[in-house]
Amino acid sequence: MTREFVGERGRLNEPSIQAVGLTKRYGSFTALDSLNLNVEGSKCVGFLGPNGAGKTTTLKLFTDLIRASSGEALVNGVNVHTRKKKALESVGTLIETPEIYPSLTPREALSMVAETRGVPAAERKKRIEDVVTEVRMDEWVDKRVGKFSKGMKQRINIAAALLSDPRIFLLDEPSTGLDPRGMSEVRDIVKSLKGKQRLIFMSSHLLSEVTDICDEVAMIDHGKLLVYDTLSNVTSRFSGGENIVEVGFLRPLDGGVNGRIASGVPGVTSAERVDDRTLRIRFNGGASTQERLLSNLVGMNLGVISYKPASSALEDVYLSLIKDTK
Amino acid sequence: MIRVNSTEVASKNQVPGSLTQVGVTMKYTFLDYLRSRRFFILLVIVLLISAILTIVVGYYRPASFLTSGLSFYSSWWGTSAVFLVALFGIFFGGDAISGEFQNRTGYFSLPHPIRRSSVYAGKWLAALLASSMILVVFTAITLGNGAYYFGMSVPYQFGESVLLAWFYLVAVLGFTFFFSSLFKSTSYSILVTAVLFLFAFNLIETLVANLVQIEPWFILTYGAQIIGSVLSTEYPAHTTTVRGFGPNGPTLTLYNATIPEGLAIIAAYFIVTAALGLILFERKEFT
Ligand SMILES: Nc1ncnc2c1ncn2[C@@H]1O[C@H](COP(=O)(O)OP(=O)(O)O)[C@@H](O)[C@H]1O
Ligand SMILES: [Mg+2]
Repeated sequence: MTREFVGERGRLNEPSIQAVGLTKRYGSFTALDSLNLNVEGSKCVGFLGPNGAGKTTTLKLFTDLIRASSGEALVNGVNVHTRKKKALESVGTLIETPEIYPSLTPREALSMVAETRGVPAAERKKRIEDVVTEVRMDEWVDKRVGKFSKGMKQRINIAAALLSDPRIFLLDEPSTGLDPRGMSEVRDIVKSLKGKQRLIFMSSHLLSEVTDICDEVAMIDHGKLLVYDTLSNVTSRFSGGENIVEVGFLRPLDGGVNGRIASGVPGVTSAERVDDRTLRIRFNGGASTQERLLSNLVGMNLGVISYKPASSALEDVYLSLIKDTK
Repeated sequence: MIRVNSTEVASKNQVPGSLTQVGVTMKYTFLDYLRSRRFFILLVIVLLISAILTIVVGYYRPASFLTSGLSFYSSWWGTSAVFLVALFGIFFGGDAISGEFQNRTGYFSLPHPIRRSSVYAGKWLAALLASSMILVVFTAITLGNGAYYFGMSVPYQFGESVLLAWFYLVAVLGFTFFFSSLFKSTSYSILVTAVLFLFAFNLIETLVANLVQIEPWFILTYGAQIIGSVLSTEYPAHTTTVRGFGPNGPTLTLYNATIPEGLAIIAAYFIVTAALGLILFERKEFT
């Protein structure tokens, strides 16, 4: 009860998910090995790991699709297995690739979800149309799901997760089965959720996806949590305190510019050209150095048009961590 | 609940009570059943059986059908209703729960603030509703033919029999839902329930009664006998002793379920299998 008190009422009503010694065994095989994880607040957490790492297992435990061998999964402090109805009250889910009763239309299937979750009757129609438009399936809203392609069904599944406008999202590789455009649309949807104060816990095996949209990253392999921290801490911690950003420019750069940056901006250890409009800059230090770096770059009038943590930095960490657990 | 932050739209939703959620599940699975091919096939089967009966009775005028109103309903309904109800159970219940696993629809319907038992109950009610509709069609056709030969005065026993058939339907669906939650493969669960209802139950019943010489009170189809029995001019005796194989052959006892007995068997089957099915579905994992 004390934990529930903290989760439900304490800590300023922040959404939270918590795994406490969460373990899942299949016979003698341990798919998830005493996972301890506490995610709290409005943010996007990427749950990264190779195939078979235990990501889906974790998310299934958080939605009571499977039972834990030991430990517990809590949402807002409420045990998902013993009090599922309460725990999932404000959780939008997308686990694996669900199928919808084939003779229903998206409108009907989504009505079922809306009524089950208690979306007020007066809002249902509009909510359904809104989410269907958001996943760009408005043309198909009254066609039967049975004939839809995998990607189309996945769009409806995403719509179903968004439908009740929950505070927490548990998404298991949401861009699975989507074409590149669909994937980027899913990213945009998740990004827009971040702007609305939501907690998004999203599994993925795509590093670029996680780098692009997540604030924090939890890495898992062989059922064991390897690291959970902010994206920049993870990349800097595992690259000897070094951070890497990729900077895109409007105009092709002249030859000497990387040298000027490397020597002229404090903290920068190297600036290497990726192509004639992109630089990869390594620097020591945290957010404040990063801020200074960006303002310096802008001040140099080189036409900075993009600035983001290099996904390859995360990839380096990922590969070294995953290799270590082999 | 007072929310500070205006972006917390989620608090507007009030998750409905379990009973409402059962209703929601029922409504949409019923819609799915109505549009499914199997609903259509069952309707066609019912219409075919009705058509054959109508033609045969109209053309050959068999005495067994036409001696009295009661004999008409007994011959027409008594034999087909039990078979049809079993068929409804197989069609709507045989893969009702296993399908949620194999067809992965459970991943859509379960990760919500809803109890699994609500989903189970909702699906079960939808199957009952869909089956009842087809049973009503068959009842109406039976009544139409009865009225043609014997006028509007329908023997009250027919009403009893229809009610009993519906009770039987309740138990059959309870049973097939339970069986379908034993399996994760739809074809297995359909096959097993079909074999049970179309052969195995009858076979066991016959074997038990004839060879072991005890009353097969534990077999659902034995209880279902009452559907036909209420339509006989005189309710069949509970036990009849016949002598087989010549004057000195062994005696054979034939059993016939009484109405209270039949009702008890049907009720017990429903209660036990519904409870077991619910427990199984609660515990089953989506792996
Ligand atoms: N029903 C099961 N029986 C045995 N092993 C399983 C079962 N389900 C999953 N596993 C194993 O558990 C591990 C984790 O699986 P999963 O969580 O699906 O990984 P992923 O990170 O790719 O989502 C895998 O090695 C998988 O083979
Ligand atoms: Mg997975």
